[in-house]
Amino acid sequence: MLSKRIIACLDVSGGRVVKGTKFVALRDAGDPAELARFHAEGGADEVVFLDISATRENRTTLLDAVRRTASQIFVPFTVGGGVRSFEEAAALFDCGADKMTINSAAVVNPKLITTIAKRFGSQAVVVAVDAKRAGSSYGVWVKGGTEPTDRDAVTWAREAQECGAGEIMLTSIDQDGMRSGFDCELTARVSEAVSIPVIASGGAGSGGHFIDVFTKGKADAALAASIFHFGLQNARELKQELQKSGIPVRLPC
Amino acid sequence: MISLIDYGAGNMASVRKAFEHLALETEIIDKPAQISKATKLVLPGVGNFKSLEKLEQTGMRAAIQESVARGVPFLGICLGMQWLFETSTEAPEVLGLGIFPGKCARFTETPRSLHVGWNQISFCNGSSRLFQGIADGSYFYFTHSYWCPIENSSSATTQFQTEFAAALEKKNVFGMQFHPEKSGDSGLRILKNFGELPC
Repeated sequence: MLSKRIIACLDVSGGRVVKGTKFVALRDAGDPAELARFHAEGGADEVVFLDISATRENRTTLLDAVRRTASQIFVPFTVGGGVRSFEEAAALFDCGADKMTINSAAVVNPKLITTIAKRFGSQAVVVAVDAKRAGSSYGVWVKGGTEPTDRDAVTWAREAQECGAGEIMLTSIDQDGMRSGFDCELTARVSEAVSIPVIASGGAGSGGHFIDVFTKGKADAALAASIFHFGLQNARELKQELQKSGIPVRLPC
Repeated sequence: MISLIDYGAGNMASVRKAFEHLALETEIIDKPAQISKATKLVLPGVGNFKSLEKLEQTGMRAAIQESVARGVPFLGICLGMQWLFETSTEAPEVLGLGIFPGKCARFTETPRSLHVGWNQISFCNGSSRLFQGIADGSYFYFTHSYWCPIENSSSATTQFQTEFAAALEKKNVFGMQFHPEKSGDSGLRILKNFGELPC
């Protein structure tokens, strides 16, 4: 049976792993390559490396850290943050990334999704959608969650799929860093609207939150950062808890 | 030396990195003459079946056919395994190698049109050389939207929408629908087993 994925996310700024609360107030949590290996060995199904400084500070993703990280892990490795062009995406793949995430640039130019997918395959293109509740719906925000757009999160996820996205990484800005649970309503709405996997992100704080997002939220995968970085739980412990609740997970030997 | 066949669309870096981690030497090749000289061939693959037409256009398909007939170990990964069949509904005009009968077909759209993630495999028989040291029911990382039919040479199957071939093994020809280079220790063990096959 296809398992639900637990993805370790390394938010990186200036070559170091950080994790913010509502995208601000960052705390230093270590070296990306070291942490990536730690998580892969600790049972994480994938590792994601997001250069959260890239878009906002107009910095290119730190290719050297990507290369170092990619040479140490043998589970899927996704890199994103501030990717604006086909060339920048290609450089990430050259450094050993298996997938890349694209966010702000895809909102401005959805054809970029198609261009990258045609060359590297849809499986390599993850469209990151940062959503914030606005009344009864969810709006799409860009530039690291600092700038609103006129797009609706559900409609945009479907459009991204049509453009060739292989997965949607859906972050709830409202829940991010709060450790009070994923936004299951947002996740379920997007999950039901697309036929590609949805990775839920933002709000993980306990094993129960993951159970909720896989059942009520209908997520295919869930992202966690602070829950691991500060030693609350490792992926293996988390998965044992999920398995007891009947969630199919990969338990490494 | 393990020769990785580059047809211009696959991401060679991950597969190469995994072999290098195992201290197995690799080279990337894209010419028929290089294929003919190779003692172990790997066709990594991602993307569209259509992109494989380059193998025919460049004469690499014929060279691979000849090498495989001579007994050179050949491993097709993901799209590279699908290419071992006659063709795929993704691009019916593109010829596969036709070592295995039948064609690859697409998953249905709902609820999920892509098989992405870690899935368990079930062995079809116990004699696979590449699965030495791997337990039945182990998890491997898959990412694909077309699937290969089960036939006599299937060495493992998996389930998503339907039961299909997860791995194939026929004499010197091997196929993996999953990505051994992305499947942690179990995947690395398969690549090591391939690397240790006699040439």
